[in-house]
Order: sequence, then structure tokens, then C-alpha cells
Amino acid sequence: MSETEIQIVLLSLRVAGMAILVALPLAFAVAWLFARHDFPGKSFAQALVMLPLVVPPVVTGYGLLVLFGTQGPIGGPLREWLGFTFAFRWTGAALAAGVMAFPLLVRPIRLSLEAIDPSLSEMARTLGVGRLRRFLTITLPLGLPGLIAGGILGFAKALGEFGATITFVSNVPGETQTLSLAIYSLLQSPQGDAAALRLIGFSVVLALGAVIVSELVQRRLGAGAAGR
Amino acid sequence: MSEMLHVDIVVRQGAFETECRFDAEAGVTALFGPSGAGKTTALRAIAGLVPGASGTIRLGERILLDSARGIGVPAEKRRVGFVFQEGRLLPHLTVASNLTYGRHGGRGPTDEALRHMAGFLGIGHLLDRKPRTLSGGERQRVAIGRALLSDPALLLMDEPLASLDPARRAELLPMIERVRDETDIPIVFVSHNVGEVARLAETLVVMDGGRTLAAGPALDIFPRFETDAALGQGEAGALVEGKVTAIDSQFGIATVDLGGEALELTQGGFSVGQIVRLRILAGDVSLAVGDAGAMEGLSIRNRLVTTIAAIAPDRTGPYAELLLGLGQVRLRARVTRKSLFEMGLHEGQRVTAMIKAVSVERRR
Repeated sequence: MSETEIQIVLLSLRVAGMAILVALPLAFAVAWLFARHDFPGKSFAQALVMLPLVVPPVVTGYGLLVLFGTQGPIGGPLREWLGFTFAFRWTGAALAAGVMAFPLLVRPIRLSLEAIDPSLSEMARTLGVGRLRRFLTITLPLGLPGLIAGGILGFAKALGEFGATITFVSNVPGETQTLSLAIYSLLQSPQGDAAALRLIGFSVVLALGAVIVSELVQRRLGAGAAGR
Repeated sequence: MSEMLHVDIVVRQGAFETECRFDAEAGVTALFGPSGAGKTTALRAIAGLVPGASGTIRLGERILLDSARGIGVPAEKRRVGFVFQEGRLLPHLTVASNLTYGRHGGRGPTDEALRHMAGFLGIGHLLDRKPRTLSGGERQRVAIGRALLSDPALLLMDEPLASLDPARRAELLPMIERVRDETDIPIVFVSHNVGEVARLAETLVVMDGGRTLAAGPALDIFPRFETDAALGQGEAGALVEGKVTAIDSQFGIATVDLGGEALELTQGGFSVGQIVRLRILAGDVSLAVGDAGAMEGLSIRNRLVTTIAAIAPDRTGPYAELLLGLGQVRLRARVTRKSLFEMGLHEGQRVTAMIKAVSVERRR
């Protein structure tokens, strides 16, 4: 692997990793809200969360640009008060990847939370177990398979994100040029085919690796839950 | 130190109301009634698991619910252990971790307490297993142990034996009796099984259609007419206790003192001085008036002189139900309404109760 290739792969991992790290707890909270609570406007909220999955990525990227751009209603104050900006930065790429992956995180977590027998929480209350310990001993461990499945799926999606990223933070080598964007750039140049093919190989290996890790973890958890 | 439990609540769930009122001490209180009577709703309200409960619940000095004063202690702070019908073990934890899961005392139970409880319930060999590998009876033992190890001030059991086959049930019943005998906390037990209630209950609360029909000492409440609907067709009768005074080994007969009268039992294995609890079905008691009760040439030997305390007001079916008094002891009899009419039976009359069968519910 050349130095540039290593740098592209590492950047992609950093962007996707950061995206999932931040999005996963949020997705868990949203999934828990959807799985265990009814509130006015729930259907609308559910549709909103699913939106990045169904609208063209370019539209999502443009939306991010409007909201989080340096003049945007969120991006503006961020820059003014904290001196923080997403524009043309790897953090912006992570934001785009996280938003695009979000629906894929929420769904499996929600399914596994819905599968938890609500009577277990009732049982725990009669044993004097408070809210936090109920969460740590029931909701979290029994929701873990969904958390892992969602995390891996979302990570793979974040790794391959293209449309929203290039629209929001452009294609800056070393900063926002992840694997997908680099492959795209190489394919645009006349002699780029071979180099592109190598990067395509790396991305396939990364994605396969993620899926295999997820399988191993799930099997381990399954064996743990089954006991012996 | 045992604490009194006082319950006086109304639970509103949609259009349905459940009223439950009783006082209980240490020992087993049975909430008894047909399904749909509101027993489980009342039990869950005592645990603090149902919204919409109003009234008062007191455990010793502690107020768990006083809706008039806006007090409603949340379930996790009530120190009330609950054994659910289906066990409800945590599937991802071992038996040992399930047993030590409770936290009423702030910290979990000690290893010492865990070992003692596992030995007591006969589940010491299962500690490393996961719940899914356990049988129904084993799961229920773990659930009972878990509730007890959480150090509750009150134990609630919602038909803990209902999901078990008769053999497992027969194994677990003595275990619940041992829990009753070795702890000094009140135990409230929901059941629609006459045998369980007759054997376990010190206090009996009869419920039907969301209302409490009668509540008090089991021996007083069991023979009441209000209890009949809960007992079901053919099970109406009396629950009595008496001391074994003599054993006739030649004929295999034990004599029990019942309100000053002698009752002969043919079941073996008694010893003099034992207190036995007996169930006598109304249908197994015939009545004789005047000299007929002392007549010779009758094979029935158990003839107790009693007084008619009450005759059930319902005068429609072919049978009449009677409550008989013998000192503090209450018996039940069923005669045809035609006999009632022809014999001229009335309240306050002395009659001889001729008892054809007695079942032994417990001995101690």
C-alpha cells in the first residue's frame, strides 16, 4: 500500500468511526423512545428519522449545507461561539456519514428493544432495583445484539457514503476524500483505473471484515445467552 | 418482627373496578376467587405496579399508599417481594446472578445468604446454569429465592404454582409452607385452587367480580355462604382445626377433639397432641333431629351435636345450605329443601351432624 492509500483508508475509518461513535448513543435513545413510548407526532418523528434513507443523498447533503454551513442556523452560531466549523473538514464528512447511517442504526436497535419482555422491568421494580440499574442490567444487555447489528450496518454504510459527503464538504484530499470519493476521483482521470481498482479492493476487504466481526460477536453473544 | 398489613383499596381500570379490603399478619393470606375476580389486580396494586389505585395500604408503621394525602410509594421503594406466575427470570444471567439481583437492603445479599437460600430451596446444583435450561419448578424456586433474598417486608405470590404440573406442584407446596414457617413476614398468595388455600391460608380473602366478599381468619371465612361461589360447585364446606386426643391402634382410628365433640379419623400417621386441619364438604354432612341422632344401627360413627347457625337465604334450587355451630367450630351441611321443609329445620335448632367423609389438609 502506498502512503496515500494508507492515508485514504485511515481517513475513511476515522470518519466512519467518529460518525458511528456519536450516532450510536443517539440512535439508541431514539430507538428506545420509539420502542417504549407513545407520544403525539410519533409517526412524523419516525418518518423524519427514516428520511435520509429515502431522499436522494444529494438532497441530504444540501440540507446539511443549509443547516450546518458557516452561514446556516446551526453552523453560524457554532462558528461564532465555539469557532467550530464543519465546512471542508473531516468532521463534516463524519456528520454526513452519521446522518446517512442513522436510520440503519435505529431500526435493528428498535427491533431488539421491542423484543425485551416489559414484564422484566416490572419484576426488577418489585426487587427494589432503580431506573439506572434496570437500564444497565436489562435494557442494555438485552438490547446489545441490536446495538451491534445496527452499529456494524451503520459503519459499513458510513464507510461507503458518497453523495451527501461530496455535496456537504466537497472532495478535499487528506481532509474529506474518503475511499468512495477517492475512487470516484481516480475513475474521472484517464490513467486512474488501476489505482481505483486497488482502492475498490480495500473497500471490499473493510466491508467484509466488518460483517465477519459482527457475525463473530453475535455468535458469541448468542452462546452467552444460551448458556450451558 | 412481624408487621401488620392493612389493605383498603379501589383500583379503577377503564370501566372495571376492583375493591380489596383486608388485614393480615405473618403467615399466609390467600386472595381466593374465580378467575376475573380481581385477585391479581389487587396483588399488583399492593406491589405498586398498577396506576389508578386509590385508598390506603399500610405495612406496620409504613404507609405505602394513602391517596387522600397524595402518598404513593413507588414499587421499587415498597420493600415488597413479588413472585410472578411465570417466574420472570433474567434470561442473560445465571441462576446465582438472578438470585442476588434484588436490592431492597441497598446492597445485594451476601454469598453466605445466597448459599443458605440455594440449600433451602434445593437449587444449589443449578447456580451456574442459565434460566432457559431450567424446568418450570426449578424456575419458580429461583423466583421465590430471589424475592426472599431481596429482603422484603412482605411477600406477594401470584399463583406461583398455577403453571406447574401436579407433581411439581406437590413438591413446591411444602416449600412455600417452609417459607411461611421460617420467615416472619406476611405472605399474600393469590389462588383459585381450593386445596392450596385450605392447606396454606391463615387469613382468607374471598373475591368475586372485583369485590371483596369476605375477609378474616380462614377457619371463619371458609364455611361462609359468601365463599361458596369461589369454591365452586360441590366444594362448599368447612375448614376446621382440632387436637388429636387418642389413637386406637386396634381399629386404626384417631380421635380429634372438635369443639368438645369427638371426631374419628381413619387416615393413619397421627400422633397424640398434633393439631390437624380438616376439610369437611357440605355434601358429606347429613342432619338428624331428636332421637334419630343417637339411633343405634347406623354405620356412620361421626355424629356431632351442633346448632343450626344459619340457613342460606337462597331458596330456589333443590338443595338448602346450612351453617352449623359447635362451640367456636363452624360446619356446613347440605340437605334437600324438601328435607328442610319436612324436618322443620330452623336457625337455633339443635341437630346432629352425621359426617361421612373428612379430608386432612395439614398436621403440625
